Amino acid sequence: MSPIFLAPLIVSTISAVLAAIIAIVDGIVNNYGEVKVNINGKKVITVKGGASLLTTLSETGIFVPSACGGRGSCGACKVKVLSDVGPHLPTEMPMLSPAEIKENIRLSCQVKVKKDIEIWLPEELFNVKKYKTKIESIKDVTHDIKEVKFKLLEPKEISFRAGQYVQIIVPPYEKIKEPTQRAYSISSLPSENNAFELLIRLVPGGIATTYVHNYLKEGDIMEVIGPFGDFYLRDTEADVIGVAGGSGMAPLKSIILDMFEKGITDRNVWFFFGARTLEDLYYVELFRELEKKWPKFHFVPALSEPLEEDNWKGETGFITDVLDKYIKEKMDPHTPKEGYLCGSPGMINACVKVMTDNGISEEKIYYDKFA
Amino acid sequence: MIPDINPFVLFFASIFTSNILLANFLGMCSFVSISKDITSSNGLGMAVTMVMTITTALNWIVYNKIIVPFGLEYLRYIIFIIVIAAVVQILEMLIDRLSPNLYMSLGIFLPLITVNCAILGVSLFMQLRYYTFIQSIFYGLGSGLGWWLAIMALAAIRKKVDKSPNVPAALKGPGITLIIIGIMAMAFIGFSGMLNVQ
Repeated sequence: MSPIFLAPLIVSTISAVLAAIIAIVDGIVNNYGEVKVNINGKKVITVKGGASLLTTLSETGIFVPSACGGRGSCGACKVKVLSDVGPHLPTEMPMLSPAEIKENIRLSCQVKVKKDIEIWLPEELFNVKKYKTKIESIKDVTHDIKEVKFKLLEPKEISFRAGQYVQIIVPPYEKIKEPTQRAYSISSLPSENNAFELLIRLVPGGIATTYVHNYLKEGDIMEVIGPFGDFYLRDTEADVIGVAGGSGMAPLKSIILDMFEKGITDRNVWFFFGARTLEDLYYVELFRELEKKWPKFHFVPALSEPLEEDNWKGETGFITDVLDKYIKEKMDPHTPKEGYLCGSPGMINACVKVMTDNGISEEKIYYDKFA
Repeated sequence: MIPDINPFVLFFASIFTSNILLANFLGMCSFVSISKDITSSNGLGMAVTMVMTITTALNWIVYNKIIVPFGLEYLRYIIFIIVIAAVVQILEMLIDRLSPNLYMSLGIFLPLITVNCAILGVSLFMQLRYYTFIQSIFYGLGSGLGWWLAIMALAAIRKKVDKSPNVPAALKGPGITLIIIGIMAMAFIGFSGMLNVQ
């Protein structure tokens, strides 16, 4: 036989035999059979071993939050593991603090379930479900923010606390080959439990925001997992200082309207909203109306770069400066205060600094960072 | 053609007098970079020894039973590499399952061994020098242990050197390491009068 045919034939035969051996060994060695997952010492589920803890749990209907969808880049899927699953992996280290490492908190997307495992999950997670929803309406609230209303199909009702968020599952489109999960805060009220609204701002190059802005239509079916998060109103007597920017409006709108609806109107509420120009400002009418009905509620929109044609008469400057001015000049320095922040990490870090400089302790400042 | 060397003599020769690292200078990249940590050095040395022994034996069979009969000697490099890659892959899965602790301590080094030139070098020497199957196994095991010994020795020396305040700033890190390796190589060459085999 000519060497031109012989050489590739021999090389590929050797490769094929070795590949077959690898496949066989993989089938035998990586078959972990059935393993038991013990959750909070109460519930034991039997699952097929070998997959990551995150996928294993979601297959049994327990949804650990995961904004990045299991790539180990968001650090949201932290779970406390009580049994020994080996030392922390290098992929987990950047997401964990030394205290969390000591407590054996793990990223559930990186830990593989190979043997019986014992984990601890917060009770709220059992309330988390996967919802099938229909897009009821999509409205433009500004030039780059859309208000999307999701009607629940199955299950038909959701129970959440104002301020919590859900993860939408964006199906593959264009060059995106894998379903992608992204987290958005609910902007509607918990009392409306058969539907919810999200505010989604177009981020250039963003997988989920591009899909929502350019592809999603009314009547589409979308899967959503939730609710998640510990950004909700704490049950105290303290004054509420809410600060938001852009689509960070969503959880604060929900929290404030929920307070009014439930009659928690004896607390002072200050809501600062930062935008660049008038066209970035929205829901102003809604909050102005609320101010009339609720004397202790104050809405303070501020523009950082108002245009001449905006004819803006309200507060001007960065939201941090406006916040600082109001805390010093308009608020009673003796009442206890709580901060509720939602926006970009830069805005939140700056606002936390303004608040702590004004004597609000860091434990009393709650926030959702949208990275 | 077949060299008449006692396999045991070959075994000791490949550890000391013709140490794959210090006489042939193969596998230097991982030798220099990993040796800054003793635990990793130990893990890598163990992995290299294991892979080297198994691949040398397998490559002997593949070379003498497949490559030579078909007259494809010129393809030996690519075929050796394919065998090495497959062995590493299988070994990784087996260790992961059978000994998770060992798997953790070897970590990323196991897959990286695929491209360790010492492993390919040993297979090629084995073929160039017409070793028998038994000789090849002893040669592979000896070379692996020699590599392990050398990296452990270097890691230990570096641990001492790192504490020394006398290293000039310009030589810190790889610079002083290469000089140390040179001196280590000279010391190992001192053994060469004892066993003069290749």
